[in-house]
Amino acid sequence: MLYFPKWLVALILGICLAGVVLSVPNLFSAQTVDRWPNFLPKHQVNLGLDLRGGSYLLYQVDMRSVLNERLDNVLDGLRNEFRTAKIGYVDLGVDHDLIHFTLRQPERMEEVRGLVRKVDPDLAITSGADGTVTLKFSEVALTRIDQQIVDQSIEIVRRRIDETGTKEPSIQREGADRIVLELPGIENPDFVKRILGKTAKMTFQLVDENASAAPGHVPPGSIALPLKDGHSPPGATIVVQKRILVSGETLTDAQATFDQYGAPAVDFKFDTVGARRFGDATKANVGKRFAIVLDNAVISAPVIREPILGGQGIITGSFTSQSANDLALQLRAGALPAPLVPLEERTVGPGLGADSIHAGALACIVGVILVIVFMVIFYGLFGLFANVALFFNLCLMMASLTVLGATLTLPGIAGIALTLGMAVDANVLIYERIREEVRGGRSVISSLHAGFERAFGTIFDSHLTTLVAGFLMFFLGSGPVKGFAVTLSIGVVTSLFSAILVTRLQVVTWLRRTKPKAIPI
Amino acid sequence: MLRPLIVIKRIPNIDFMGLHKLGFLFSALLTIGSIVLFVTQGLNFGIDFSGGTLIEARTQGPAHLAEMRSTLNDLGLGAVSLQGFGSPDEVLIRVARQPGGDQAQMAAVTKVKQALGNGVDYRRTEVVGPEVGGELIRAGIVATILALFAIAAYVWLRFEWQFGVGAMLSTLHDTITTVGLFSLLQIEFNLTTLAAILTIAGYSVNDTVVIYDRVRETTRKYKTMDFRTLINKSLNETLSRTILTVSTTALAVLSLLVFGGEVLRGFSVAMLWGVVIGTYSSLFIAAPILYYIRPRRTSRAKGPEETPAEAAKQKQKVS
Repeated sequence: MLYFPKWLVALILGICLAGVVLSVPNLFSAQTVDRWPNFLPKHQVNLGLDLRGGSYLLYQVDMRSVLNERLDNVLDGLRNEFRTAKIGYVDLGVDHDLIHFTLRQPERMEEVRGLVRKVDPDLAITSGADGTVTLKFSEVALTRIDQQIVDQSIEIVRRRIDETGTKEPSIQREGADRIVLELPGIENPDFVKRILGKTAKMTFQLVDENASAAPGHVPPGSIALPLKDGHSPPGATIVVQKRILVSGETLTDAQATFDQYGAPAVDFKFDTVGARRFGDATKANVGKRFAIVLDNAVISAPVIREPILGGQGIITGSFTSQSANDLALQLRAGALPAPLVPLEERTVGPGLGADSIHAGALACIVGVILVIVFMVIFYGLFGLFANVALFFNLCLMMASLTVLGATLTLPGIAGIALTLGMAVDANVLIYERIREEVRGGRSVISSLHAGFERAFGTIFDSHLTTLVAGFLMFFLGSGPVKGFAVTLSIGVVTSLFSAILVTRLQVVTWLRRTKPKAIPI
Repeated sequence: MLRPLIVIKRIPNIDFMGLHKLGFLFSALLTIGSIVLFVTQGLNFGIDFSGGTLIEARTQGPAHLAEMRSTLNDLGLGAVSLQGFGSPDEVLIRVARQPGGDQAQMAAVTKVKQALGNGVDYRRTEVVGPEVGGELIRAGIVATILALFAIAAYVWLRFEWQFGVGAMLSTLHDTITTVGLFSLLQIEFNLTTLAAILTIAGYSVNDTVVIYDRVRETTRKYKTMDFRTLINKSLNETLSRTILTVSTTALAVLSLLVFGGEVLRGFSVAMLWGVVIGTYSSLFIAAPILYYIRPRRTSRAKGPEETPAEAAKQKQKVS
């Protein structure tokens, strides 16, 4: 216990030095550190949003609506297929997450299976002898769909956020169907919520001029949609054909602009495929109206005066300059595959963040000073040894947080303060043990040896139980709990190192240098 | 040479076992009281758990709470609660969850901000949906229960099952009474408080393990000593360590309480209580419990100080 091989001494000193060097940048402001020459360490610990200020937004991807939409499409597809194949059925409809219908001729089941697979291969088919059939997405398919939709959503969210010019956004999946956005420095996230508030699915469809919008009068190939073009009365509807001429996916660019009357409008460009389709469609339907459908509402229904062949167009309607800007941005970034439902929003202003840092740092400093004084009063020279170890412990904690890229939050700072108080526990255990051995009449060397050796088991056990709590908090907790768990766990590990090895090295050096007759403890 | 100014010279001789029945009674009352409080009065859940909206605002000059309160309660947003927060110019505004979706919550925030007018600095805005809150509560309960079992399992592994039971019971006691304290004082119970409770569990076991370690060692050293004396001896021998460690931890927590700011207040209160109750429970619950569920005297648990030679000797004795 009292013998240190040279390599171990070198290792301990090396770790301590690394701890000091790597934690030093945290004492300076980011701007100062930026100006340092490159050979110096420049990494600083990541500050959480509660310390640097910013917005945290939690969204849920609304999978339900995606599945409903998909089931509706299946319904339409089946109707068409059955019509062409002349298959009789009754009772076709959607109930929650399944489609049901009854065949007039149950013996044609095999044929129907083929048609269902053609319409949507992800559907699992259950059929009864009496001709009843239910269709449902299989679990495997559902998981895959979820995965795809969330991945796509994250991608689109990222593009939209990037379009706004927000710096250092962090966009991550959480759990199965949630997305977390962290936007440092954003004090008012309203604009972010606005541009994520719409899926912005845009399509161009023909207006069905012959149909009336009254319920029951809409023909199967058409649908009545609300008309929100800015000059129709609220609640107005318009019937459009379900067939999509061109969809918004073929847009290459969209910009906010003004129409000839100076009203805000959105200018768009198709890619070559879209331009050709749009050209063909407008050529074939001169004199008719087409509808620009955005998120299941018609925002404009202009008459086609002449074929539009250039692949460019302008949407006018009920825009304000802000909504024109938003729509242009959303069209450029692409449509979200599913609506996003906000679940949680937390915003911290920079003032509070700075105050929290000050308060946390002050609490840590005062705590350290109190502990240092306390240790000297109760242990004298050995208290000083413990304090040196405490200093390196603090450096190593900061260095670990910095190097691991962990995020320091306000509860994390609390974790540091607390660990500092608890870190000296290992020293206390060792010193009390040494005292006992001295009282038992042992010699200097033998007391020190026994003190370190016997206390080690206790220290190890007691630290490990704290670590168990830390790990549980990390894996089960969220937000502030996680931040706290990280610093607590790191603190436990570094204090194990500093209290045992750093203290022992000092004690051994002191022993060699002064060859004391008694232990001042 | 730098000598300590204060030295606890004599090993005290306190009859902990003589006091343990009183301790059990006190703890039983404390635990039952906590449960009763929790059931009748409940907890003052922060918006992390209950959902709703919280706005921390700073006014120019001292805030006129009464005036602000009447303005905000006229908005038709249901109950809007205001409270001072640390300094006189800081106000914490809580708006109950609005019927309707997220748009309704956002609209409420906008309404509040409009009503308060300019000249107010919004330091923090939090909107939490009820769904998230429910999940957080569940995750918190799961984490606490798992922590208790993990701790018991670890202690069982390193010692014997009797020690595991003792550690778990005393930690459970500390956890329940901390919740009771929050119910009694109606301090806001939020995610950070949850972190505090888990830390208290960790700290309390830490303390218990140190004492158990000594009990195990003494058991091996004095094979014929009766258990009552043995527990007393172990507790007294480790008492100076217990006091010193509690003191340094309490000093750190106190400085958090005084200087750590308003946001950490709940956490610091919980921790301070936890440090005290955790120490008490190690002395008056965890250790005396061993008297009732006695571990075997010829310990088979592997202690770090057990050398192979000693182990071999023990084996011989058994056979």
